[in-house]
Amino acid sequence: MIATARKRTGYLLILPAAVWLAIFFVVPFYSLLATSLFDPEGSVLTGYDVTWHFANYWDALSEYGTVMLRSLWYAAIATFFCLILGYLLSYAIAFKAGRWKTVMLVLVIAPFFTSFLIRTLAWKMILADDGFVVNALQAVHFLGDDGRLLATPVAVVAGLTYNFLPFMILPLYTSLEKMDPKLNEAAADLYANPFTRFWKVTWPLSLPGVVGGTLLTFIPAAGDYINAELLGSPNERMVGNVIQSLFTTQGNYALAGALSVSLMVIIVTMVLVYVRRAGTEELL
Amino acid sequence: MTRIGRWIGSHLVLTGGLLVLLYMYIPNIIVAIMSFNDSSGARNLYAFQKFTWDNWLNPCKPDNLCSSVVTSIEIGLLATLGATVIGTFAAFGLVRHRFRGRTAMNLVLFLPMATPEIVMGSSLLALFVAAGLGGQLGFWTILLAHIMFCISFVVVTVKSRLAGLDGNLEQAAADLYANEWQTFWKVTFPLVFPGILAAALLAFSLSFDDFIITNLNSGQTVTFPMYVWGASQRGVPMQVNVIGTLMFIVALAAVIIGELGARRRRKAIASR
Repeated sequence: MIATARKRTGYLLILPAAVWLAIFFVVPFYSLLATSLFDPEGSVLTGYDVTWHFANYWDALSEYGTVMLRSLWYAAIATFFCLILGYLLSYAIAFKAGRWKTVMLVLVIAPFFTSFLIRTLAWKMILADDGFVVNALQAVHFLGDDGRLLATPVAVVAGLTYNFLPFMILPLYTSLEKMDPKLNEAAADLYANPFTRFWKVTWPLSLPGVVGGTLLTFIPAAGDYINAELLGSPNERMVGNVIQSLFTTQGNYALAGALSVSLMVIIVTMVLVYVRRAGTEELL
Repeated sequence: MTRIGRWIGSHLVLTGGLLVLLYMYIPNIIVAIMSFNDSSGARNLYAFQKFTWDNWLNPCKPDNLCSSVVTSIEIGLLATLGATVIGTFAAFGLVRHRFRGRTAMNLVLFLPMATPEIVMGSSLLALFVAAGLGGQLGFWTILLAHIMFCISFVVVTVKSRLAGLDGNLEQAAADLYANEWQTFWKVTFPLVFPGILAAALLAFSLSFDDFIITNLNSGQTVTFPMYVWGASQRGVPMQVNVIGTLMFIVALAAVIIGELGARRRRKAIASR
């Protein structure tokens, strides 16, 4: 009797969330799928028909395949740099910060209260052609005299790395924080040098954080178009830019839908393969 | 020798970490500096021209800037309220109750966090257009979307707080003849409250800062990020940097006050 009542309370408690997500998250996927099979001849004014026009997918991928690959590639490089920077900082906070731990954690999150568009525009200023960074790199002949950073892949990847770094740091920190420092001491007692200790003890124990962090960085980075738009040129266009402009300015819903569904399918496939290879299925 | 080596080694990591932290602040520093820039009559908007207090004294001077901030705050507060209530209920349901479909519900809650915003935004747009709301995109469609993607983050935050809760405290309350309702309001809720507050803060900042999903579903409504985006095509007014710096200061102050309050409460309890 009590058990059934509690069960009912459980359902009642999750009901609003379930309904909301069903209407505004699950059903829209269906709409997107339907949109991707529209007759491309339709428009917002004349209306669309689902004509099972699978050719949309062929058109989308043949026309924007390179853009798609470029997005995944940029996102992968940015994720790699985020992992290195994020690991260093999370490790320092978890094991070296002592009583400054909380302060440093707050300091990690604080910069992100300034709108990310404004911060990305600040990077545009920093990397600008006459800016300090470009002048310094030219002085040491790392860049040619007319070399630039803005509107290059370097700027876009740097922007992605910067913007998604906290998504890497928080899961990494959480898993490092849980680690018992005694394990490291034990390894040291057994004559493991610092390098071995890191590879055999710390790194394997932080894997859940690594997997979580790389996913939370890679997925939004692959779909981002702000960095490519503000810091890149049309040569650095990412798949997000294309979907956005197909939807809003060109009104080609069918192609945009097909591209959007393709991005989702590719990402889900990659995530499943990755999580399985890393042996951390329980994360999902 | 090895001891000195180890000392340098350990501080090397800390130094590296602090450098990464500094890197994260570079844009904020630039934004703060540029908020004092007098850009009037300047051709190059990306260089510091002349010091001025004007931007701070007249933050609303550029057309539509402050109305876009107000719109973002309105949407942010409503979305925070909606998502925090819905998400907190769901977190309690998932942690405290066993029922069929829990795993499925967990998956559905996880997915919005693992879906690129562009996909979520475009599928919502597809839904609104299919429902014949294509011409009525605006405040309400933005709000619906924001509540949707904030719910998952609220659930995750409140869930982790609930899961870390010491069940013995509630057991003790029950032993002292508190009924279920009293136990909840006098013991459980105060303990979970910091988690709910953190979730609300997270939801507000996610909503306030969202651009990709908003841009696809906003119609003619202009939120603050959309204003910045539009302005970035022409040249951003320096007042935008004032708003950015102000948000940073207000949020940091909120976090610090919250932390100090929590510390004082802990001390008061400890000295009792």
